[in-house]
Amino acid sequence: MNLHPEKLIYELSSPGRQAVALPRLDVPETAIPKALLRADNGLPELDELTVVRHFTRLSQKNFSIDTHFYPLGSCTMKYNPKVNEKLASLPGFTDAHPLVSDAHAQGSLELIARLQEYLAELGGFSGVSLQPAAGAHGELAGVFMIRAYHLSRGDAKRDKMLIPDSAHGTNPATCTMAGMRTVTIPSAEDGGVDMAALKAELDETVAGIMLTNPNTLGIFERNIEEIAKLVHAAGGLVYGDGANMNALAGVLKPASVGIDVMHYNLHKTFSTPHGGGGPGAGFVGATPALADFLPGPVAREREGRYELFMPARSIGRLKSFYGNFGVLVRAYAYVRMLGASGMRRVAENAVLNANYLRVLVEGSYKLKYTRRCMHEFVAMGDVAEGIHTLDVAKRLIDLGFHPPTIYFPLIVPEAIMIEPTETEDKEALDEFAAALIRIAEEAKTNPDLLKKAPTTTPVGRLDEVAAARCPVLCYRG
Amino acid sequence: VPFIANSDSDRKAMLARVGVGSLDELFADIPAAHRFPKLDLPEPLSEMEVVREVESMAALNLRASSSAWFLGAGCYWRFTPAVVGAIASRGEFLTAYTPYQPEVSQGTLQAIFEYQSMAARLMGMEVVNASHYDGATALAEAVLLSGNHTGRREVVLPAALHPEYRQVIESYCAAFGYSFVEFDGDPKTAKPGDSTACVVVQLPDFEGRIWDLTGLADAAHAAGALLVVHVDPVYAALFKCPGELGADLATAEGQSLGNAMNFGGPFLGMMGATNKLVRKMPGRIVGEAKDAEGRRGFVLTLSAREQHIRREKAVSNICSNQGLSMLQACVHMAAMGKAGLRAVAELSWHKAHYAASLVAKAPGFSLMPGEFFCEFVVRTPRPAAEIVERLESRGVVPGLALSRYYPERTHELLVCVTEMCTKAQIELLASSLEEAVR
Repeated sequence: MNLHPEKLIYELSSPGRQAVALPRLDVPETAIPKALLRADNGLPELDELTVVRHFTRLSQKNFSIDTHFYPLGSCTMKYNPKVNEKLASLPGFTDAHPLVSDAHAQGSLELIARLQEYLAELGGFSGVSLQPAAGAHGELAGVFMIRAYHLSRGDAKRDKMLIPDSAHGTNPATCTMAGMRTVTIPSAEDGGVDMAALKAELDETVAGIMLTNPNTLGIFERNIEEIAKLVHAAGGLVYGDGANMNALAGVLKPASVGIDVMHYNLHKTFSTPHGGGGPGAGFVGATPALADFLPGPVAREREGRYELFMPARSIGRLKSFYGNFGVLVRAYAYVRMLGASGMRRVAENAVLNANYLRVLVEGSYKLKYTRRCMHEFVAMGDVAEGIHTLDVAKRLIDLGFHPPTIYFPLIVPEAIMIEPTETEDKEALDEFAAALIRIAEEAKTNPDLLKKAPTTTPVGRLDEVAAARCPVLCYRG
Repeated sequence: VPFIANSDSDRKAMLARVGVGSLDELFADIPAAHRFPKLDLPEPLSEMEVVREVESMAALNLRASSSAWFLGAGCYWRFTPAVVGAIASRGEFLTAYTPYQPEVSQGTLQAIFEYQSMAARLMGMEVVNASHYDGATALAEAVLLSGNHTGRREVVLPAALHPEYRQVIESYCAAFGYSFVEFDGDPKTAKPGDSTACVVVQLPDFEGRIWDLTGLADAAHAAGALLVVHVDPVYAALFKCPGELGADLATAEGQSLGNAMNFGGPFLGMMGATNKLVRKMPGRIVGEAKDAEGRRGFVLTLSAREQHIRREKAVSNICSNQGLSMLQACVHMAAMGKAGLRAVAELSWHKAHYAASLVAKAPGFSLMPGEFFCEFVVRTPRPAAEIVERLESRGVVPGLALSRYYPERTHELLVCVTEMCTKAQIELLASSLEEAVR
């Protein structure tokens, strides 16, 4: 890790410097109306080497999958195959414009159509759109579709969405954007949905339920079929949040247990890079009753040619053009390299790695739910008097690991949510478990090591409260 | 199986430690009747084979780099210096995630802060967030923000707004009873009233036209509405930017800042606001902070607006940002710099006007009136779609036939000229158009 302070780009700027030379103007000039011009566009002035060193040095201030074990729960930080990058940067894709005629975009359209088909098969869905740009965007598509479905049947009173308290945080915010009320359904003793609480909410205003399965506790909802049956009987629909699809691909087709519409995050299960926060890509799949409402356009094959079309009763466009195509190329390559058997091996190894890690650390950390987990599990970080999860997380950094997701899910106090993924080997898991166990010991014997951590990073713990109180959001030189 | 590290003997040891006899046992919670379904997927390919297959698909596409390229309409063929790809492909940036742990994410966080700083100056706004999915969704979120801020539900839009942006706004607003009023051409003809949430201007508009917006912000504010300016960031490098025009919210499609066309995505939605609106702004924002020793660092901040804290009361459900696309724009702005990006805008202006002058001389072709930046509409003597079809396969992509979006506008072609077009290609465009209608 690069520990040296790095100046801001504006602090490196010096008048008159320029990194990039452009070609000389080779056509006659046309006067530009002065009234419309601005005096200064405010961008910095740097030479090329300074730009390269600056951003290279910044990159060295990051942990990443390529450099560190990165077990963020529910984020599925698996290895991102390098061949995916090679394929996504083929000029035939990067230099392809979305508005050429279908005849001149057959390569892109074929790739989209085939990926639609493969992902639909994995979920058991009959209709698919790859338009959503991220998981939350896929959720938005799904909830809009549920809304449109009810309205199309003249059923305007269904504005209540049920959301288990073990669901992802985006679910309630998504419902608000679709004008729905949300009702939280508590978890039962075993970490599944509290069935009595669910039944009590099933009335004629129910639009549906949003189910994350496996949920954010890493637990598979065993009552899934019963839940779907009850919600359907009440006239509602079942939304599947597929952020945790890494545990299920090749193991269970969600549509077969009553999921009506679902998203997957291609940047989780399907190995596309997280890019420091994005771009992701969403897939939204639907059963026949909902397929006509999918966002579009989507691709299909007709008489050996590929074309775009808008589903018959589409909720419309959710972004310009056809999705994050560059991300789709990577997901396509991944699915093709794995095939059916590979996808199942992925799920098996992801679940095995999580359970192995769970067993290694359960002597040192409390687990609220001791059931066998799926691809992730939730431990608790209050391992000694006065020690919190945050301290454990920061100490992990000093021992060379990116911390897991912390303080989520909200229903587990002092939560540490750990998802190792299938691409880590046994040694990595052993080393990580040993570090966690060592920290639990240190918490009792030398708590200062935790409280003062991290000490091996370019900065120590930052004062986030002060940062939010008087925000400095841009360079002010 | 590729990308799975453990061997059979590793697995055996691990299963024993977990206390189960087989991998299948780990899935006992999955309903037995549906467990391990048959999957109809093609046989797995090796790396060598997948490269061959995907390369053969990519080869079927028409490439801007091997054509004379005059098609824009919301996705632009522009120059990206090599440094952008070199930096963005570094695994430390590419394979990191959302910087939830600031001490091990200072690279990503400082880069976001620098993006926010440069984008804020370019758009002339006080604050810029860490990005949206694309320009269309950024604009749709700006409309929703305006509605929530003012409590009003009428939106004044340009008739010449990018048609796909209009559709995205309608999708996003579907649940809240918004109504849309259009103005034709000059934004100064927009008539905000006492139910108007915002006046939206696209600059240049979908047809490439540019307008003097003097006085528009005052008119919007007098009616109690916000002014939202959606701007081409390359245009803003040379011409008056949204902040100078009095915009309360600015949005932009940042694809042309160092991001490839990629068949329409990933793109970069840019959003800027005045300080007054920052706590209502959606999306991730990075701020400066200090550690206990007083060292400067950067953190995600103002997260009380966001979904993971506020759940159903959040200002948006957006969770990711376009991290890597944003990084590319960040490096691009730093590398092109003040003079470089201005030169790109100037080259585009001069080349586009030269192209327009040649096309206007072609028999049967005429320009739509009005000032433009680097795109302009040409009236064609034959249906524009026919001309496009004819020329596309000859390596000249003359623009967008407007009938793609407006079926009745059969004889109009939207031509885009950027710094990438050479004089020879521009002359080829003019002669090809002439030939195509002969």
